[in-house]
Amino acid sequence: MTTVIIDYGSGNLHSAQKAFEQAARAEGIATKILVTSDPEQVRKADRVVLPGVGAFADCRRGLDAVPGMIDAMKEFVFQSSRPFLGICVGMQLLAQRGLEYETSEGLGWITGDTVRIEPKDPALKIPHMGWNNLLRKHAHPLLENIPETLHAYFVHSYHLKAKNVSDIVATTDYGGELTALVARDTIAGTQFHPEKSQKLGLALIANFLRWAP
Amino acid sequence: MLKSRVIPCLDVKDGRVVKGVQFVDLVDAGDPVESALAYDAAGADELCFLDITASHEDRGILMDVVRRTAEACFMPLTVGGGVRTIEDIRNLLLAGADKVSIMTAAVNERSFVKQAAEKFGSQCIVVAIDAKRISSNNEPPRWEIFTHGGRRATGIDAIHYAQEVAALGAGELLLTSMDRDGTKSGYDIELTRAISDSVSVPVIASGGVGTLEHLVEGIRDGHASAVLAASIFHFGEFSIRQAKEALSAAGVAVRMD
Repeated sequence: MTTVIIDYGSGNLHSAQKAFEQAARAEGIATKILVTSDPEQVRKADRVVLPGVGAFADCRRGLDAVPGMIDAMKEFVFQSSRPFLGICVGMQLLAQRGLEYETSEGLGWITGDTVRIEPKDPALKIPHMGWNNLLRKHAHPLLENIPETLHAYFVHSYHLKAKNVSDIVATTDYGGELTALVARDTIAGTQFHPEKSQKLGLALIANFLRWAP
Repeated sequence: MLKSRVIPCLDVKDGRVVKGVQFVDLVDAGDPVESALAYDAAGADELCFLDITASHEDRGILMDVVRRTAEACFMPLTVGGGVRTIEDIRNLLLAGADKVSIMTAAVNERSFVKQAAEKFGSQCIVVAIDAKRISSNNEPPRWEIFTHGGRRATGIDAIHYAQEVAALGAGELLLTSMDRDGTKSGYDIELTRAISDSVSVPVIASGGVGTLEHLVEGIRDGHASAVLAASIFHFGEFSIRQAKEALSAAGVAVRMD
């Protein structure tokens, strides 16, 4: 099996790669973890991961700047039943639009926009930075066997406000509910960083590597 | 709910931990990677490396340390010390740092903060603020920014500066009281609260921790989002677990995973 992490100049690819390798090794899952900007490798992959840090529009431009990448991702997602995972801004890009600094187009795979966090309590700090709990909305293979007591590491000022509640697998509480994990068909995305979330993160990555939607 | 963070900080010089970490089971207490792994296992919420290597030419060693740490520790890592250029930030992020802390470069040229935040995103830009109290006892408190380990005054008001760098895109502030650093007499709580309450970004309290109660004060009274300490953890006086239990007992929500 080959798991591709898309390199489009955003995100801590080195950390992500090592976390995926570690999770695979710990669970005895045989997969090669390939970091690449080659759309052909995305087409051929068994699983694809889209990381992303920084601003939505910058990430979108970065993705657009890799010739053929978005087409390859669409082909991967819609012409097969192979799993796709977005992380942080990679998850936010699943939305229809991003409203950070400027309005930019998302991939539109999850209905909704990526909007600024507006906590009810104005004393709450932005970014939402640190360890928070996941509030599960419905069961999903990515959360299987992960104890509810474990925390996930978040660092973000925007979140994907999904329109369809059925797409929201988990939220997190920060002066109101923020979307933490979305999933639809073979597509999933985490607002938190599994590659930085110790036990919960490695367990979720292993679940993704085993996920057979 | 979001938990308050406990962050051990390691001073790294020429690729080695200074003021070595004294955990019983470390084979090489001077190896930053091994220390990082120990803190990872102990439940630290983040790690901070402060590079105090004198020469800028020896940065390659630090990069290697960061790279090896990121390969083994799946938790957030902040690296600071001697970060002067956009290229320095890029190299640290590529090596595996999640956040980069900048200090003197931001004091010298405020636009550097904006440039860095626009380039890499606010989430990875931490501005380190070293502040000293300059008011006398019968005056309302005032603090000034110092550089060069507290030796060089800048004439810049700390609260004003904190607001300025937050507005320019700093995603977090690492606030050290130079009056308290190394004294073990506790954080400058007035300073911590004054800064925390005047910015919308998270503040990490630093400088002066000697007891677990000091950590509690930093969060409860100083309104910090995270508490950083070095020697109380390194010398094995207290464990991360004990720190979290003390915070929890005082009503501060912490992660016990």
